[in-house]
Amino acid sequence: MIAIIDYGVGNLFSLKSSLKEIGAEAVVTSDEKVIAEADRIILPGVGAFEDAARKLRESGMADVVKREAAAGKPMMGICLGMQLMFDVGYEYGKHEGLGLISGSVRPIADVIPADYKIPHIGWNLLKFKGESPLFKYIKEGDYVYFVHSYYAAECDESVIAVTEYGTDLTAAVANGNVYGCQFHPEKSGEVGMKILKAFVEL
Amino acid sequence: MITKRIIPCLDVRDGRVVKGVNFENLGDVASPVDMAKLYTKSGADELVFYDITASAEGRKLFTEILTETASNVFIPLTVGGGISSIADFDRVLKCGADKVSVNSGAIRNPGIITEAAKLYGDQCVVLSCDIKRVGGEFRVFARGGRDDTGMEAIEWIKRCVGMGAGEVVVNSIDTDGVKQGFDIEMLDAVCKAVSVPVIASGGAGSIEDFIELFRKVPTIDAGLAASIFHFGEVSISDLKARMAEEGIPVRR
Repeated sequence: MIAIIDYGVGNLFSLKSSLKEIGAEAVVTSDEKVIAEADRIILPGVGAFEDAARKLRESGMADVVKREAAAGKPMMGICLGMQLMFDVGYEYGKHEGLGLISGSVRPIADVIPADYKIPHIGWNLLKFKGESPLFKYIKEGDYVYFVHSYYAAECDESVIAVTEYGTDLTAAVANGNVYGCQFHPEKSGEVGMKILKAFVEL
Repeated sequence: MITKRIIPCLDVRDGRVVKGVNFENLGDVASPVDMAKLYTKSGADELVFYDITASAEGRKLFTEILTETASNVFIPLTVGGGISSIADFDRVLKCGADKVSVNSGAIRNPGIITEAAKLYGDQCVVLSCDIKRVGGEFRVFARGGRDDTGMEAIEWIKRCVGMGAGEVVVNSIDTDGVKQGFDIEMLDAVCKAVSVPVIASGGAGSIEDFIELFRKVPTIDAGLAASIFHFGEVSISDLKARMAEEGIPVRR
């Protein structure tokens, strides 16, 4: 059973549907007990960093997620969910993240050429950095769907894939049992389904 | 490199897909769920659902269709039509929408853009704008192209982007449904004015119209069309093959 963490914002419907499509059992939950008993956790995300981080903290789920991450449970953050796994985010101010992966979340405006558009929206291709079990069913150059204005910085040791948007932006990260995708596997068609399948088999 | 997106738009009324000429004489096409599946298979990069019903019953039907589509289709879904409150954002996001477009709702209450951007992130908020030439300027029209707001379009779009709209759909009323090509002049003006992604809408009649769009307005991000895809006049896979031939970055 996969626990999809519900912290009051975001598109949980698509994620749940896509997991169902690959035959994985998933439950959308904010119940600490359910999260603790699940064999995998997904931290989804559409939303703003501050609001989401606050909701995770206030609901007590931040603590559960940290505890389960430390216990070695496979975990995946998606988009904002990935960003929340970092130490700190700079979106409308400075806000504390979960600290599961070391690094920060910063505006892509800081690093991309001035004539590139923000947000980075659309299908872009993956360039692998080393090997990851998450990518066992896909190949380098496969397209995935991105929608973001912020990116994970200062995290070279965790990056497993980047995407080129005027410069290389962090596309996916891993720190032991904790994984994160900046793109949306649940919105990336067949390629995304293969990534979710690999996560479910971790 | 990021690819140029091809986006079929499904105007949905009472649970069916419709498409009109210059917004008039709406005609029935097919089941939105079936069409969404078909488009996904043929390589659509994203789908736009416009709810053009006003009744509560129509809205409920739309929500059901959206839910069913999002259960079966795993590419981005943008939803628009009748979005005028945060409750509307919440309702469609819960049904599986990824982005929400506001049009008349933002004209009535521009603050909704800021509020939604704060809550869901800029990238979730799409400004949709119906534009028509009036007395030598680009004018914003409200209520599905029926009401002249008197507002100059480029200024309006810049203002909305400043408030947090993360993407802009530009629909030229002048070229919509006429199938003589996209409104290159209008799209170029918008692309030059804002730094967020811009989606071209209104006027596509052939594969060559898309090629012209991406050639003449290189900073445009996506081309959107409805009837030519619905009626099979242009197949998305043929269109993408042709784009690749032309060296236009495209996901295949």
